[in-house]
Amino acid sequence: MRILHRFHGGVHPPEHKAESSERPSTRAPLPKLLVLPLQQHIGAKARALVQAGDKVLKGQIIARADGNVSAAIHAPTSGLVLSVGAHSVPHPSGLPDQCITIAPDGADTWADRTPLLYRSMLKEELLTKLRDGGIVGLGGATFPTHVKFATAPVHTLVINGAECEPWITTDDRLMRERAAEIVQGIEVLRHLVSPAETLIGIEDNKPQAIAAMQQACANTGIEVITVPTLYPTGGEKQLIRILTGKEVPSGGRPLNIGVACSNVATAYAVHRLVNHGEPMLSRMVTVTGNVQKPQNIEVLLGTPIAELVQLADGALPGTDGYILGGPMMGLHVADDQLPIVKSTNCIIVKSAHLFPPAPSALPCIRCTRCAQACPADLQPQELYWFAKAREFGKAQEYNLFDCIECGACAYVCPSHIPLVQYYRFAKSEIWAREREKNAADAARQRHEFRLERIERDKREKAEKLAQKEKAALAATQTAAAAAPAPAASSAPPGGDVAQAMIDAAVERAKQQAAQVKPKNTENLTPQQQAEIAEIEARRAHIREMAHHETRISKE
Amino acid sequence: MLAALYVMAGIAVALGAMLGFSAIKFRVEGNPLVDKIDGVLPQTQCGQCGYPGCKPYATAIANGEADINRCPPGGEDGIRKLAELLGVEFKPFGEGTAQPKPKSVAFIDENICIGCTLCLQACPVDAISGAAKQMHTIIAQECTGCELCIAPCPVDCISMEPLPQTVQTWKWHYPVYSMRQAA
Repeated sequence: MRILHRFHGGVHPPEHKAESSERPSTRAPLPKLLVLPLQQHIGAKARALVQAGDKVLKGQIIARADGNVSAAIHAPTSGLVLSVGAHSVPHPSGLPDQCITIAPDGADTWADRTPLLYRSMLKEELLTKLRDGGIVGLGGATFPTHVKFATAPVHTLVINGAECEPWITTDDRLMRERAAEIVQGIEVLRHLVSPAETLIGIEDNKPQAIAAMQQACANTGIEVITVPTLYPTGGEKQLIRILTGKEVPSGGRPLNIGVACSNVATAYAVHRLVNHGEPMLSRMVTVTGNVQKPQNIEVLLGTPIAELVQLADGALPGTDGYILGGPMMGLHVADDQLPIVKSTNCIIVKSAHLFPPAPSALPCIRCTRCAQACPADLQPQELYWFAKAREFGKAQEYNLFDCIECGACAYVCPSHIPLVQYYRFAKSEIWAREREKNAADAARQRHEFRLERIERDKREKAEKLAQKEKAALAATQTAAAAAPAPAASSAPPGGDVAQAMIDAAVERAKQQAAQVKPKNTENLTPQQQAEIAEIEARRAHIREMAHHETRISKE
Repeated sequence: MLAALYVMAGIAVALGAMLGFSAIKFRVEGNPLVDKIDGVLPQTQCGQCGYPGCKPYATAIANGEADINRCPPGGEDGIRKLAELLGVEFKPFGEGTAQPKPKSVAFIDENICIGCTLCLQACPVDAISGAAKQMHTIIAQECTGCELCIAPCPVDCISMEPLPQTVQTWKWHYPVYSMRQAA
């Protein structure tokens, strides 16, 4: 029997899981249009490989990973690329972003699918396959899986089946229905990091999922562990704490303490990729809340929210928006044409009855209930004050970046202060300042380099000129010494080298001028001839005067 | 009595020698305050402050020759940071002087550009690529939006394009919500 540990704080919000967990999952039919944002993961945006008008096959890569912390995106079905451009995406800003829009052709023709013989593959090769297969963490943060599993040594592999957020039941259904496949995916991850122990943590409000996983894990050495239901047990750091007693250091990653963590849905996606050659094209989504038939639906990435709500027999009256994700951390949106992305694990149809508007806030009374609830062991009330006063440096000193934005503090706040909004505001301000600082540093470097380059060019020019003069001087001196007679004829008796060079140049120019014939001088009228003659006479006069003057000045 | 004098004199000489030695050995090159001020300035190198670049302005501030409210690209935030660094009062931008503008980058209309290289020579951060009689273009990522390339252009083909907000650069707003009046 394993001894479980505790993390600090946590809350017990109403679960609302039974609404959707008891219906078997269904598969969504092909939608009319698929919109695939190029940024569906943490890290660099993927680079589009297709153009409008291209025909794509199901599973064909349509955007490649850009750099290491990035992941590829694939066509979820065969069809025609309609556009590559801006489309609204599920993001708190509501701003449009780069998306690939595909019109399915209905045939659902697969591209080449080859299962990988992963046991005989090099580790690096397998990691690249994960990246090019578009595998990212499906727990919600969408961190590219190949980065998570890149560095050894890993002592403990933690598989996250806790699913602690209310309303969401995708992992529950997946474990109940596809336990064997999940275990096959876990085997691939185990092969990658060869951990000493593999633990699956599942909250005790999912007894059927626990039973299914236990059965699938029999004789594999994988341990299924029942953990008490407490929000946010499903947080990576919190689950690791519960199962191993180890704490992920501030600002660190689980790998720093020899732990790798992955969601059950990610393990399932890894299984589809490795054992069936199918990249990440679809995911299980809970459609619940104010709908006729709350349920889990396996849906192609890029499907609009509206189609999913229709599949759950439509929204009930009183609908006033959607939550993507759970009620604690999810994103509130109004647009039902937003696409499902890799991070969308749940759509909660909102109504004023289910989610009454938050009561207006009262001033903070420093009761520190938020500090008692904080699972990251922070001081939320201090962070709130600092964020409110825009004292971002102070907020960072109080480990603002260890905040996982779980919303437990705001949930317990008796003054109903939207605390998480303050932390998000402070975090994005700090990031923006960092970006500005980096840009300024780059500009300074470029400016300094430019100044130095100009200085260097000047120096080099001066050196070259000095060398040339020296060489010319040496050349004329040797010439003068070797053949005094011809030199004397061209140079004046004074022996002034510079004057000699100028005279030589003038002579050359005269010769050149004499060679050049005037153009358009044939077939001229007598009048034109007369004009030319007059001009020539004037020129001759000027030349005569100039000669006269130089003679005077020389004398 | 004499012994005490010798001892005191000896100590004085020894300490003096030590101070003299460390003054030479641990001498700080340049003015560290200038670098600190330069670190706060936005490095647009635009010259709107009246100095030929950020470093000269930083030097002028450090020498007490320039005010801290002469850098429009730094915005009021920049003035606040300078005030904090130097321990002086915050000063708003003066009336009639250059005011902060939204961040923009230069854009060359390539149909009009004649390839004269004048803007290349004006750019303080080498953010324009091109050559004589070849079309020029702005490397938008490196452009600081200093507008120094606009004046020299003989055909007026350079314009400033404000940077649009994207999903990547978007910031969360300061939370605004109704607060209930306590009775």
